[in-house]
Amino acid sequence: MQVLAPRNSPRRFGEPWQFQAVPRWIYLLAGVGALFILLPLFGMVAQVDWAAFIPLISSESSIAALGLSLRTATASTLLCIIFGIPLALVLARARFRGQGVLRALILLPLVVPPVVGGLALLYTFGRVAWIGQTFSTFGIDIAFSTTAVVMAQAFVALPFLVLSLEGSLRTAGQKYEAVAATLGARPSTVLRRITLPLVLPGLVSGAVLAFARSLGEFGATLTFAGSLQGVTRTLPLEIYLQRETDPDAAVALSFLLIAVSLVVVLLAYRTPRSPLRVLVRGSAPPQDVLP
Amino acid sequence: MTLELTMTIGARHLELALSVGSTETVALMGANGAGKSSVLQALSGLVKPDAGHATLGGRPLFRLGTGSSARTSGTGDTGSAWLPPHQRGIGTLAQEPLLFPHLSVLDNVAFGPRSAGATKAAAATTAWQWLREVDAGDLAQRKPAQLSGGQAQRVALARALATDPELLLLDEPMAALDVNTTPFLRSLLKRVLAGRRAIIVTHDVLDALMLADRIIVMEHGRIVEAGPTAAVLTHPRSAFAASLAGLNVLSGSLSGSTLLMPDGVKVAGRPAGGPGAQAPHAAPEPLAEGGPEGMAAFAPSSVSVFLSPPAGSPRNCFQVRVTELEPHGGHIRVRASGLAADVSPAAIAELGLEPGTEVFFVVKAAEVVLYPA
Repeated sequence: MQVLAPRNSPRRFGEPWQFQAVPRWIYLLAGVGALFILLPLFGMVAQVDWAAFIPLISSESSIAALGLSLRTATASTLLCIIFGIPLALVLARARFRGQGVLRALILLPLVVPPVVGGLALLYTFGRVAWIGQTFSTFGIDIAFSTTAVVMAQAFVALPFLVLSLEGSLRTAGQKYEAVAATLGARPSTVLRRITLPLVLPGLVSGAVLAFARSLGEFGATLTFAGSLQGVTRTLPLEIYLQRETDPDAAVALSFLLIAVSLVVVLLAYRTPRSPLRVLVRGSAPPQDVLP
Repeated sequence: MTLELTMTIGARHLELALSVGSTETVALMGANGAGKSSVLQALSGLVKPDAGHATLGGRPLFRLGTGSSARTSGTGDTGSAWLPPHQRGIGTLAQEPLLFPHLSVLDNVAFGPRSAGATKAAAATTAWQWLREVDAGDLAQRKPAQLSGGQAQRVALARALATDPELLLLDEPMAALDVNTTPFLRSLLKRVLAGRRAIIVTHDVLDALMLADRIIVMEHGRIVEAGPTAAVLTHPRSAFAASLAGLNVLSGSLSGSTLLMPDGVKVAGRPAGGPGAQAPHAAPEPLAEGGPEGMAAFAPSSVSVFLSPPAGSPRNCFQVRVTELEPHGGHIRVRASGLAADVSPAAIAELGLEPGTEVFFVVKAAEVVLYPA
């Protein structure tokens, strides 16, 4: 997770030195590491049939898959924000028995294979499972619906946001919150006006990670939601399906998925007005950064 | 309408009681680790004492039971109460300004009034008023990162005052500032603290002299000395207050114009209470039996240093071993066996003083002030 943390952590400016204590051979290994990521990307881009690119990605099933992916990933990211912020706050600020166990369990989806996560969801919310049955009596079937897609994505993405935000909360500490309280701010006001703005970079990077993870979710989605075109077949599922029948279409769609992910990551990390920079440099426009 | 505080923190061996009048500024002084910050944190509601109670202007801040009653869970313990920090009306100014980095200077100062429910416009008006009061009106639109340390601390002061706190807690507010900006902030504090209730934790005797009506000296979690600033500094009773006042202080039992020290040495002096002398202040609590009954104080500048005991009757002579030499405003301060003498550099060279030298500190009886402990 550390690799993906904000590049400029707040209140830590680089020294204006020409000196750095990185041995040269480190650059060699770093280069190999970078190539390991970049080469396969280039290899795939080289396979893209550019002449037929537009027709390949604009087939009915592709458009449906892309639209579904963007919608469900957005919904899942919102869920992660709504429940991830409280979870991170409780883990970072509160002290209670079993906290360590709770953290470990919440982070479990990071290490458990997504297929296993999908099975767990199926045996909880599926038609034959205990919660699923209750929903069924009200005429709601969760499994194999778009709702199931969102749930599968949120299940695997939530830990990313919680982990990123909890780290930010711990780094920010409670000093500013304590000052705000002595100035008469109620806990909810402190949260809204001090805590969340201060950890905004961590929240943004956590949300971006959650969105990217949701966008790429495959195993849990397939297990819990199936692969129905327009309903549960997201872009990764479409790519996997096309790989068998139309490899060119699979490559084109893969490129599309990479492009969308890259845009999201760049938007969050590289824009000059990124909340990261505004916060760190204090070079905000005259109006308030925050609502 | 006073602040009344009684508190105990077992783990820190802290146990004390104090009260502060409605327009009084009290300097809380003592060595690091004496518990000064714990007192401030308990008052602002960040640290819960094991037991004790506090009221501010008739409002209870907290009431925590002693021992077993505090541990009883449930709603049975009706005597226990704890007001959260945001309901206490106690402002703080710490060593670090801790301005909210994402808000402009104006919004920082307006934060308190906004939290109290003021409209945006009203809060801004209050903020402008306080920013001008601390001479920081031209900084209003800046971000905290664009301020110098002194400017940031002034803004932090304005932010604390903008809530019109019933009690202002200042925790070494000038410790992180450079020497050039300290005098300005100190005179600013003197102006805004007038007619206001405040507790200032400081290591600087100048802060106490300029800002405080009273000094409370803490040692190892207890109050060892308390009294009006002038009285504490002219007739110090604790070693800490003596070093603050820059005086040599000896304790023993008093009889007439001599002080008999526990090791049998007699110190001749003149009893306090003569013309111009400060009225002795009361000790914070009755002293233990067999404790020192009197003190003798004399300035390091009144001490002469000799290599052999001089002849002459109305003089006190202490045989000591030099431990340290340090520059002290044009003189060299010679520290030896807990006493200090200020000597000219030429005299140091002539006597050949260095750490380890056996010397005699000599002080005229007329320079020694005796007072009851």
